[in-house]
Amino acid sequence: MSLDTSRFIAEHVDALKPSGIRRFFDLASTMDNVISLGVGEPDFVTPWNVIEASYHSLEQGYTAYTANAGLMELRELISDYLKTTYSVSYRPADQVIVTVGASQAIDIALRAILNPGDEVIIVEPCFVAYASAVSLAGGVPVSVGTKAENGFKLQPEELESAVTPKTKAIILCNPNNPTGTMLNREELLPIAELIEAHDLLVLSDEIYAELSYEADYVSFSSLPNMQDRTILISGFSKSFAMTGWRLGYAAGPAELIQAMTKIHQYTIMCAPTMAQYGAVEALRSGAASVEHMRKSYRQRRNFVTSAFEEMGLMTNRPGGAFYIFPSIKETGMSSEAFAEALLIEEKVAVVPGSVFGESGEGYIRCSYATSMKQLTEAMKRIKRFVEKQQA
Amino acid sequence: MDKKEIEILELLEKNGRMDVHMIARMVELSVEEVEAAIRKFEEMQIVHGYSTLIDWTEVRGYEGVTAMIDVKVTPVRGKGFDDVAERIYRFPEVKAVYLMSGAYDLSVSVEGKTMSQVARFVSEKLSTLDTVISTTTHFILKKYKHDGIIFGEDDNNDRRMPVSP
Repeated sequence: MSLDTSRFIAEHVDALKPSGIRRFFDLASTMDNVISLGVGEPDFVTPWNVIEASYHSLEQGYTAYTANAGLMELRELISDYLKTTYSVSYRPADQVIVTVGASQAIDIALRAILNPGDEVIIVEPCFVAYASAVSLAGGVPVSVGTKAENGFKLQPEELESAVTPKTKAIILCNPNNPTGTMLNREELLPIAELIEAHDLLVLSDEIYAELSYEADYVSFSSLPNMQDRTILISGFSKSFAMTGWRLGYAAGPAELIQAMTKIHQYTIMCAPTMAQYGAVEALRSGAASVEHMRKSYRQRRNFVTSAFEEMGLMTNRPGGAFYIFPSIKETGMSSEAFAEALLIEEKVAVVPGSVFGESGEGYIRCSYATSMKQLTEAMKRIKRFVEKQQA
Repeated sequence: MDKKEIEILELLEKNGRMDVHMIARMVELSVEEVEAAIRKFEEMQIVHGYSTLIDWTEVRGYEGVTAMIDVKVTPVRGKGFDDVAERIYRFPEVKAVYLMSGAYDLSVSVEGKTMSQVARFVSEKLSTLDTVISTTTHFILKKYKHDGIIFGEDDNNDRRMPVSP
């Protein structure tokens, strides 16, 4: 008789739903010649100077562990970068930790702050991992939806109505994945006031900060009285096209960063050394590459926005990141049915909005981090598909 | 020149055949504005022409060699290097001429059907100019990268998974 291994799986893990992106990935993987707008990562290869610096570190024999919180040199550069770019000051020694991607930073931040039953507010539609990361850390995710008519911008009164005595923190992603929405200073200030009034903590996911196209980007941590209440989370994946390197960081109040470091040291030890040396080079001399990529994404953003408008698919003009989130409500299909039919009939992969939370239903996420050639063809095919649905 | 005009030039430099409708969308101008800008660039001789980057080594039946020639010359009083440069760049075999700092004065790129044809050009036409002191000819054996384009690189070499978070 075979062993029933399922009974060994922890209940809170068993209760997790598999990511909707995963299901869609499995479907798209079985097909050939698919144009993918489902990719949540840059189409650029990591800048060559970064790759070369990482090679060099290996040649020099830097293959051992680093300090748990990361190379001091890298933490100093992260600290300098945050100061010069976003006007927020962090001590490299005890307020910055280098992690295995921003995802790990989110995980250890939540594990460091949550007691069982603590609530964490999540602003939907959002990155697929937030709710599960909260659950895995013993917390309870509480969703606040945003609406297209508000440009998918979080409304302070809606945030306030979700706060309960159990609320401990809120996760904000600015610019947002999947909508591309970017909140400016005026829009962030009332949120900050609420955070303070209700004595909450903010996990500010700023992984797309470098990829903002309009007004100057404002880090949540730089708002009045917010630095003590913010764990700023970012990394190298999106801005430096380093997704596979798995390198991120968190900066915040020393006590919180030290608590996170405890979890980090017992589970991960330290982020990969060669990736950290690559990141050192990225911060030292990667600015021109970032600028080049941002310019290219902005041109593509302009192109896809006008293409969707022309098709009559209502869309919010994304302020940052590399996603656009057009409405498909006109077609009368669910986002999942739309994405599946589009994949099968026209071989274009997009991600159904529903996987990013309930408020994502009726929309699709299209990543424009792909070549203009691919984008042009994809827009042609989507247009043909939409016209067929409306006929 | 404003930012958007520079952006149009950058796009054209990468792909001279890029459709004006696409450029207009990418830089958020009307088609008419983009057309007018391009006309202006042509009139101002900022845009000198639209060429195609061809990797001739991939073309079967085509024979050709390229040489880079370092040329030392005696500058002419009152005219500097311009006079001799002109006498060189007027030859149709010559594809490029640059005035250089360092060990020699002019860098001349010459194309021919065969090595002996290029050699003959150097020995009979170039070296015999009275201001030319010496020439050193380097034949290009293989082109890895030209005008910012890496030859042989696959355009569709996207290693990403079809769908990712």
